[in-house]
Amino acid sequence: MYQYIAKRVLLTIPTLLGAAALVFILMRLIPGDICLVRLGGGGGSFDPKALVACHAEIGVDRPYIVQFVEFIWGLMRFDFGTSMWSGKPVSTEILARLPISLEIALLGTAVAIGIAIPLGTISALKQNTWIDVVVRIFAIGGIATPSFWLGIMSVLMVLDLSAWMTGTPWMPPIDYVPIWKDPIRNLSMAILPAITVGYRYAAVSMRMTRSAMLEVMREDYIRTARAKGLINKLIVNRHALKNALLPVVTLLGIEFAFLIGGLVVTEQVFNLNGVGRLFVLAVQNQDYTLTQALVMLTVVIFVFTNLVVDLLYGWLDPRIHFA
Amino acid sequence: MSATVVDDLPDTRPSVWQAVWKFCRRQPLGTFGLVLVIIIAIAGATAELIAPYNPTANDFAAMTEAPSWEHWLGTDQFGRDMLSRIVFGARTALIVGLTSAAVGGFAGLVVGVSSAYFGGMIDLIIQRLSDIVMAFPLIIMALAVVSIFGPGVHNVIIAITIPLIPRCSRVVRASALTVRSMPYIDAARACGFGATRIILRHMAPNVVAPFLIMVTSFVGQAILAEASLSYLGLGVQEPVPAWGLMLQGGAEEYASTAPWIAIFPGLAIMLAVLGINLFGDALRDALDPKLRER
Repeated sequence: MYQYIAKRVLLTIPTLLGAAALVFILMRLIPGDICLVRLGGGGGSFDPKALVACHAEIGVDRPYIVQFVEFIWGLMRFDFGTSMWSGKPVSTEILARLPISLEIALLGTAVAIGIAIPLGTISALKQNTWIDVVVRIFAIGGIATPSFWLGIMSVLMVLDLSAWMTGTPWMPPIDYVPIWKDPIRNLSMAILPAITVGYRYAAVSMRMTRSAMLEVMREDYIRTARAKGLINKLIVNRHALKNALLPVVTLLGIEFAFLIGGLVVTEQVFNLNGVGRLFVLAVQNQDYTLTQALVMLTVVIFVFTNLVVDLLYGWLDPRIHFA
Repeated sequence: MSATVVDDLPDTRPSVWQAVWKFCRRQPLGTFGLVLVIIIAIAGATAELIAPYNPTANDFAAMTEAPSWEHWLGTDQFGRDMLSRIVFGARTALIVGLTSAAVGGFAGLVVGVSSAYFGGMIDLIIQRLSDIVMAFPLIIMALAVVSIFGPGVHNVIIAITIPLIPRCSRVVRASALTVRSMPYIDAARACGFGATRIILRHMAPNVVAPFLIMVTSFVGQAILAEASLSYLGLGVQEPVPAWGLMLQGGAEEYASTAPWIAIFPGLAIMLAVLGINLFGDALRDALDPKLRER
């Protein structure tokens, strides 16, 4: 087991190095110069000496290979450098925005699991009935609905509903307050974005739960359980669901990493100052250090969730042994 | 003599129309999806003929007008007819969706089949490269690519196509590995055929079922990615009518006073992707004998 974990961790090194190289190259390919933007808003007049000084200050005047080695060395020490745009340490910039994004991602996952597993199971058990059709349409609707549109619509609905009920329209707050300080304010800020990202997540997982349940319910051991006279509830909960959850867990893991991508658009809609919004700003400002760190954060989350999912297999399915 | 016998044999293969009818009868949701896709495709192809107004013409006398007989879906903050913009937006969505899915899918097909065919070091390198690209969420990869090439329809297509390639190649490779071990591939090699011929003529056509399903889902994903990029201001640029772009700026600003500006473009995206996904699901069920009864 420990050998397997060590092997998997070692295998992630080439992926992480490759991703670091790719983001490093991509950032250098983006036309433009952050110093020009900083000095003259991109088009104004500026002192050429100031430009040279700016390049030296942020370190982009050195050979690419030196910059890359420094970037990798920094990553290994969890030192992501300073933001080229704000001058603050990248870790400070990210850590200030991480709680809000993480909370939305976790709440979104909770929304997704809470919807996907019960509805996917019911849909499979009631296959080809009207319930199945409704759940399938609900699921496929989730995949088809752009999250930013769902966000706009939910805000619009809340505005109209609150205006109708109380006479004054209410907007969810946009500034982050930790949940332990003001739980109501915190949740009223996070719940709509969580539902927005969670719906798509739920839809994908719901389809997988349904399909896996359909497969499992046709297995011989389910027939045996029925022949034994077990009640349906026990068959579903104890025998079918546990086996059907294996592919669902994989998908939940993969989708969690992609949820971070979904936050890019959702945070824009709700005007939230999270990591997703920071990413768009970093790309637009050509802030190399910040973009590189954010991309590496996403990639590390992706690789790490994949590893956790693989390890969860052993717990969910005792037939699987890691060697 | 033998020719006469062959001619006398009844043709048991169903005609195209019979196959379509069977599909429609067995897959009502898929048929609904297909109908949606056909409507959107016709709208996109004949936009000039069916759009009641010029989609880029401002009419400052008719700004944020509610849906009426003159403007069925109302007008936006510049007085532009929403219906006309949505009809022309269908064209943009289809161009981006179909081109990205076709190019990304075909490149993924070739890479996936080649990876399975050559195996060894080539396979290892291709798979590790795929791992790297796939570790980036689609929207983040597309954002990076669009920043390099700049916004605009063509660059958005490139930005969406690149991340689709490894996703397709991964699925295709899995199927192609099974095909590689088939005797007819050995036979083709024994006949002295080259790698290109074996990959394109003998292996690729045999992984078409998972490939088609994948490409269908790509069209939907590409339309959503284009809409997201345009919404972030990094995709298609004004005045080109695009659904995502229609939701940027004005849609949020006027959401409570002129909700139609936000409602209809989003509905258009949803219906297009819904149609494509419903059709793709039905296609998967129709092509996979194991799923046919489900």
